[in-house]
Amino acid sequence: MTSTTQTSRPQAFPVNWPARLGWIALTLYALYAASTLDISWARLVRGIDQGATLLARMFPPNTAEDKLELIATGIFESLQIAVLATFFGILLSLPLGFAAARNLAPGWLSTAARGLIAVCRSFHPVIVSILFVKAVGFGALAGILALIVSTMGFVAKLFAEVVEELDPKPVEAVRATGASFLNVLVMAVMPQVMARFVGLTVYQFDSNLRNSTMVGIVGGGGIGAPLFTAYQRFDYDVVLTILLIIIALIMLCEFASARIRRVFQ
Amino acid sequence: MSPSDLSLEGRKWERFTPTERFARTAIYLITAMAVIWSLRTIDIIPEFLYDAPEQTADLFKRMWPFDWAFYPAAIHSALIETFHIATLGTILAIVMALPLSFLAARNFTKNPILRWLAQFIFVSSRSVNSLIWALLFVAVFGPGALAGVFSIAVRSIGFVGKLFGEALEEARPGPIEALEATGAPRSMILAKGYWPQVEPAFWSIALLRWDINIRESAVLGLVGAGGIGVALDAALNNLYWDQVGLILAVIFTVVVITEIVTSYLRSRIL
Repeated sequence: MTSTTQTSRPQAFPVNWPARLGWIALTLYALYAASTLDISWARLVRGIDQGATLLARMFPPNTAEDKLELIATGIFESLQIAVLATFFGILLSLPLGFAAARNLAPGWLSTAARGLIAVCRSFHPVIVSILFVKAVGFGALAGILALIVSTMGFVAKLFAEVVEELDPKPVEAVRATGASFLNVLVMAVMPQVMARFVGLTVYQFDSNLRNSTMVGIVGGGGIGAPLFTAYQRFDYDVVLTILLIIIALIMLCEFASARIRRVFQ
Repeated sequence: MSPSDLSLEGRKWERFTPTERFARTAIYLITAMAVIWSLRTIDIIPEFLYDAPEQTADLFKRMWPFDWAFYPAAIHSALIETFHIATLGTILAIVMALPLSFLAARNFTKNPILRWLAQFIFVSSRSVNSLIWALLFVAVFGPGALAGVFSIAVRSIGFVGKLFGEALEEARPGPIEALEATGAPRSMILAKGYWPQVEPAFWSIALLRWDINIRESAVLGLVGAGGIGVALDAALNNLYWDQVGLILAVIFTVVVITEIVTSYLRSRIL
């Protein structure tokens, strides 16, 4: 009796073999992938040397008058792209979101709307702006259109979910008082969705601002174009100036959006 | 209390305080002004717009039929490379972000300056776009997948670190105190106290970021950081729109499959 209890003493934390094998497999995969991508220690070491040179050429950031003027133009254009893409993107997302909501729209319509949203979501904004640069030419318009597409992909999807989660009771109560459709919308639907909707809008503006700094690399306007030019001319000190301004702008924007969200809580 | 005090006559019911109403109105006004300012000052060249419908029609006409022979020739290997870049980048991001997330979590780091430092790294990592990170890493490592892996990893640090730090902060103290009371060493408290609590969040964050990274790694090649974007860039520069169309279709398929797989896995985890 005593000997059997000794041998079968349960372990407090038995080894989880499937999990352990999974971790080993993941490590093996990482090593295999690294070898196929030609990643080696020598390249990393050489890269660190290169990185030091790059940083040395970046400092101090270039604050020459003419460069700053150029950067200011680009930053303002990026802001304009973000504002307009968010505004029109959301304007288009509202009907699309309603059309995609399964509790309001007929089945064929919501399926079609969901398909459109999936297509909008699948392509990276840079790819979409390449197509728009071909269609409407170089400049801010291509960037705006590209970001409108990505705004629709994100906001319409989540807005449809918000509408689907709508509590029908307030809607019925307001309707029972004989209110018109518009009144039902303002008094019963808006209060339920407003906080989520403002949160979505603010989040999307943040995301559009980030992306508007990038569409210029493929000709879509904004700060990306001067950044890419400076990079190609090896003016790394200008690159650093632009990067610092972008980071400051986005931090400011994140701070502002947190405040706005609190107001509409 | 007299009955007249209870009557609803003359009372005004309002949902918001005056301050709330003022803040809301101010935000509406600022939004409207921003939109009007942007509309009036944005630089759009109308001459380009006249032939936009023709250009668009032309674009699709040139894309179809796809150049199917191009898939085995160049796309397939580039696609595999994109997959490796996204996956390795995600793994590297997690390895770099985990220590930082401990630094950012209130229950691990008491020093507010260290916490602020971690937050600063997260925000910087997220503020700079993956394509811009890729530009910098191409300058450091030269063109190729290595630059892509690093730009994906550095870009993801902020996302992974912030969310995992929040998951650590939300861990319940009960099991941890119980382990401390048994005299368990610090490593055991981490492995048996925290890990089981944050494991679902960990996998969910990792999968979500991997899904995003698949999308992002598809365009890194436009600036020379490897993957299918290199093939896309070459096809665009040569104006081989039938190849461009095929590459876009391949990216679309891969992104849709990734999204289906990750959302299935996430629904099983959570």
